[in-house]
Amino acid sequence: MRARGARPLLLGALGALGLAALWELYKALGPAEGVALGGTVLLPRTTDLAMPHVWDAVARAFQPATGAAGELVVVAVARAAAQTLGTAAIGLLLGAVVGVLLALVMQRFRLADRAMLPWLILSQTVPLIALAPLVVAWGGRLELGALQWERWMSVAVIASYLAFFPIAIGTLRGLRAPEQEHLDLFRAQGVGWWGTLRFLRLPAAVPQLLSSLRLGAATAIIGTVVAEVSTGARGGIGRLIVEYAQSGSSDPAKAWAPIAGAVVMGLVAAGIVALAGLALRDYRRAEAR
Amino acid sequence: MSAVEVADVTKVFETKAGRAASTVRALDAVSLTVAEGEFVALIGPSGCGKSTLMRLIADLDEPSAGEVRVFGMPARQARLERAYGIAFQQSGLLPWRTVRANVELPLQLHGASAADRRARADELIELVGLAEFADRHPDQLSGGMQQRVAIARALAEHPRLLLMDEPFGALDEMTRERLQGELLRIRAETGAAVVFVTHSIPEAVFLADRVVVMSPRPGRITDVVEVERAPVASAADDAVRETDAFFRSVSAVREALHGRQGATPRAAPRGAEAR
Repeated sequence: MRARGARPLLLGALGALGLAALWELYKALGPAEGVALGGTVLLPRTTDLAMPHVWDAVARAFQPATGAAGELVVVAVARAAAQTLGTAAIGLLLGAVVGVLLALVMQRFRLADRAMLPWLILSQTVPLIALAPLVVAWGGRLELGALQWERWMSVAVIASYLAFFPIAIGTLRGLRAPEQEHLDLFRAQGVGWWGTLRFLRLPAAVPQLLSSLRLGAATAIIGTVVAEVSTGARGGIGRLIVEYAQSGSSDPAKAWAPIAGAVVMGLVAAGIVALAGLALRDYRRAEAR
Repeated sequence: MSAVEVADVTKVFETKAGRAASTVRALDAVSLTVAEGEFVALIGPSGCGKSTLMRLIADLDEPSAGEVRVFGMPARQARLERAYGIAFQQSGLLPWRTVRANVELPLQLHGASAADRRARADELIELVGLAEFADRHPDQLSGGMQQRVAIARALAEHPRLLLMDEPFGALDEMTRERLQGELLRIRAETGAAVVFVTHSIPEAVFLADRVVVMSPRPGRITDVVEVERAPVASAADDAVRETDAFFRSVSAVREALHGRQGATPRAAPRGAEAR
């Protein structure tokens, strides 16, 4: 088990190294002004401004963010990533609750399935950029007693709006996974919808649920980062990406640190879902075969 | 009171192939009575409605006409009161549950306490000879063992009626014969009535007191063969398979099956149809 666990890690590290090598190779061999065809840039420029050396970007990450002293770039990125991850987690949780509930309703009522599915698909075609100011405006008008609506809450809502969709679709497929024979068995036991759900449909849905959670986690993170940018929420990695990119002309290596941070966040999220899968491995026995 | 009473039951399936909706008469005015403690085998070629008949008794489907009663109750009420245990061709075990948890399932579904469940499951697992495998998962068992677990599960709530749809159909011949012997032993211990769907003549004759022969299009009961019991020490004894009585019953069932089904132009002389 342990040996098998180490292998993907090694392969992953090799992949990252390979990507860095490819970067440097193109930087060394590609034309400085890139390749453009009739005004359209097909291949990027290879100047230090557009493509800093990998080692420069790494080195920059371990220098102070501004000035000679102060917080290191990695520390700033880590703190921003932690905040974004927290917001994304809340968004994912919200999306998972909504997604699973929608799937349950669609499984239970065929009519709901037919009526709702087109709307769900349509909901995902609304551009996030258009949605963000609306959510912020609605949130600003919301009064929930002592609770003050904050920017990050809007961000979490937008993230959940993206995350619920794959979870709803995946869970619905999972809930429909049981074979007729199993359904007959439960019917023969005189068990109603709730008992069938609890003892058959939900356990049978676990593999689908996990893979849709993985997808949902990824979209929640992307949604959070994009929503941070478009709502102007402070403190998250989305804001940091914009901030650092603005200093791009004078400090090109710095801009890559928050991007790498976003990638690491994705890995952490995938890792958490994988851990959940490990805890639920009894429900995934059919997969292993 | 009889265990099962099927009176004039017709089942019509509607199939929609493209635009034209057509109907298939799976069962046509079928009547059958199974006495308490009696072992009845349903046999016939594919499409004769034997599985459909069993599903109607189990209230997994509803008849288009006619009435099914189980222990004097309407089939639906019998199902809700768990009057029968059921086993299918695929064992239908839940892959995420251990052998013990699978056997416990019906008890758990109906709210038995954990201690009662465990005691009953251990008893049943012992009965089907899988004590060492109680904590394994279904994917770690052979097909024969899975089917034994399914039978143990069907017996969990002491049903007085067992419904079995080709439970040994997917097993190899040796495993099959061994499980047939075990089923007879278990049935002798529990005294339950059994309705057993099969397409194997020797299996039907070895197991059943009565073999109900069915024919397709539309599904009908064409004959009922009373099985001759050879005078041996135990019905579950494999020696039964070697007796003359066994062979005579096998021939009788075969003739009943082919009398109608074999009436193809090539096999039978003109005008030699059974009816």
